[in-house]
Amino acid sequence: MSTESMGWTATTDVPRPLVERLHHWVTTVDHKRLGILYVVYALIFLVVGGIEATLMRIQLIRPHNAFVSPQAFNQLFTMHGTTMIFFVAMPMVFGFANYLVPLMIGARDMAFPRLNAFSFWMTAFGGLLLYFSIVGGYGLYGAGGAPDVGWFAYAPLTAKTFSPGHSTDFWTLSLLVSGVGSIGTAVNLIATILCLRCPGMTLGKMPLLAWMNLTMAGLVILAVGPLTAAQLMLVVDRYLGGHFFDTQAGGSAVVWMHFFWVFGHPEVYVLAIPAFAFASEIIPVFSRKAIFGYPVMVAATLAIGFISMSVWAHHMFTVGMTSLANTFFVLSTMAIAVPTGIKIFNWLATMWGGKISFRTPMLFATAFLFQFLIAGLTGVMLSSAPFNWQLSGSYFVVAHFHYVIVGAILFMVFAAFYYWFPKVSGRMYDERLGKLHFWLFVIGFHLTFDFMHVPGLLGMPRRIYTYEPGRGWDVWNLIVTIGVLFQSAAVLVFVANLVLSWFRGQPAGSDPWDGWTLEWSTTSPPPEYNYAVLPVVRSRRPLWDLKHPEDPDWKYE
Amino acid sequence: MASETVASPGSDLRWELPSRGPVGMYCLIAAEAAIFVIFVVAYLFYLGKSVSGPTPSILALPVFISVCLLSSSLSIHFAVRSLRSGRVTLFLLWWVLTLLLGAIFLGGTAREWRHLIADEGLRIDTNLFGTTYYSLVGLHALHVTVGLLLIGTVAVFTFLRQVRAQHAGRLEVLSLYWHFVDAVWVVVFTVVYVIGR
Repeated sequence: MSTESMGWTATTDVPRPLVERLHHWVTTVDHKRLGILYVVYALIFLVVGGIEATLMRIQLIRPHNAFVSPQAFNQLFTMHGTTMIFFVAMPMVFGFANYLVPLMIGARDMAFPRLNAFSFWMTAFGGLLLYFSIVGGYGLYGAGGAPDVGWFAYAPLTAKTFSPGHSTDFWTLSLLVSGVGSIGTAVNLIATILCLRCPGMTLGKMPLLAWMNLTMAGLVILAVGPLTAAQLMLVVDRYLGGHFFDTQAGGSAVVWMHFFWVFGHPEVYVLAIPAFAFASEIIPVFSRKAIFGYPVMVAATLAIGFISMSVWAHHMFTVGMTSLANTFFVLSTMAIAVPTGIKIFNWLATMWGGKISFRTPMLFATAFLFQFLIAGLTGVMLSSAPFNWQLSGSYFVVAHFHYVIVGAILFMVFAAFYYWFPKVSGRMYDERLGKLHFWLFVIGFHLTFDFMHVPGLLGMPRRIYTYEPGRGWDVWNLIVTIGVLFQSAAVLVFVANLVLSWFRGQPAGSDPWDGWTLEWSTTSPPPEYNYAVLPVVRSRRPLWDLKHPEDPDWKYE
Repeated sequence: MASETVASPGSDLRWELPSRGPVGMYCLIAAEAAIFVIFVVAYLFYLGKSVSGPTPSILALPVFISVCLLSSSLSIHFAVRSLRSGRVTLFLLWWVLTLLLGAIFLGGTAREWRHLIADEGLRIDTNLFGTTYYSLVGLHALHVTVGLLLIGTVAVFTFLRQVRAQHAGRLEVLSLYWHFVDAVWVVVFTVVYVIGR
């Protein structure tokens, strides 16, 4: 680390009044600060959504429990789903993309810094709007309250007749507002990656994280548009007396399903592809090997993005589509397992023969590989229409998609937290607490979501607020709820680790992992302008070239 | 280590990337196109599904305003080209012509809607046709309005002599948006007034 860059950091460390520092956070257009804002915002909502999940699990711990009312239970699962997808997972991946993409492609900021700030605040206000429904949706007067129509809000339940008050309006408007923010961030990411790469970084030399976030942003653009359109139609129906989803006037409830899932399924890959991106950066570094099959990884990512646009109606097999439509969506859904499988083999091949070091990020990444495989396998099971007719709407589906979102995506998000925490804070996290977090979470995750498959197979429908004893569901629900205890404890350890290490951690230096991508070449935390002189790269691992001038990568690529 | 040492010595590579303005606008256009696709699909799907009330046969072909809107794509193109070569007055003429043509289109839409509402009794809550028609045409008209506000802002700045040749790149980005709005009208015109009638 040069003394010059140390000098720059020191001047920014002069303590300023609290008001001034807060003002700086609110008015910032720096991609790193906005990235941190996104991630902190997502963490707060992760805790909120987690509390909602915990309340539901307490209610379901035994039959005929009366911990929450049926009405409150409906609100809980709606808010839990909406919060976790739109105000935890999306801001989380956007936050990491915001922070990392410019650093990893050797740029000084995003392409449109002010659009970046605008997008964050739109997302932030979208979340606040959703939660304002608790008091604003006529909640305090007994009618309405938080939205209770489920996170995919099927028609005609959302019609004025069945959803009086304003709770559903809050749901719609909050997704409209945050959708604008999502599209803004996606536009920004694509423009950044295409237009601001440092000299020498051709598309074929970009870190895989940049490639995958480029694909993710493309999916956001193509998927959030339909969601916005569907929400606009719902607003027309609810406020202007329109008939889009009004079955009595010739409208169709199934059309809403199509429009929602045209967004809803690509959305899964909007969240999963950044998780793949973290895995593709973390697994090589902790295996001390370059990623196996870089071009194939890029091709598989693009294939997943492409196919994910044509699988949406596998959420709708039970609606009763034509057998031609069923066949198409069965085959397209099964086809997406091929590029996904290629990725798993590439990560395994990267680890194969490597000098693996199981630090906390690598522990999470390894668990991710196993859990993502299982999540994919239950996905292939559910993609088969006859099997789906039996299990759609059951806890088997709930277990499957939580295996994807928690077991794969959240595990990789945790890995990314530990891997890049030294870069963001300039300090190391506590390895013992990190490992404790990992083991508690692995135990809790498997207790909850492995055993959740069983009541699903035994016929337990999702979204019921209680159940009869003696159906064979009792013990499984008890185990599932016990798992939540472990997961909650793990998240507490995680947050404690973050907070303690932020203030008291050991100084990390600029490159604690002996990494290969550009972000490790600048200081930790990076200066506001990232790079005093823009780097020039000749291979996919510029820092390897720098550290090993006798055997650089560009001789082989 | 200092970041500058990452540079490999002696590299004399030429490094040119696309400029961020058009790339950003193309992305925005893709997102907007996705929104319009959903509205067009809804329009086509609900054709003839209204259980009561007026049908699309009451629509008249809006030929004149369509010609005006499509011509404005040409005029904005000539405007930006004039500005690029530094002829600001010529630019202003083409630019104001674009503004006028867009305004004529909006006025024509307003007249058409007044006729439909007052004479034909078709409102957005009358039947499915009303809902889908006003939503699709209205969404497009909203985009025309946004475009006119932007074009009008630039016109004001031009009157204040703030617009120079160096701004041609930015106005090129705005013209991309305007071309998109026109292209959407071609689709809406075909779907609503040709296929749907």
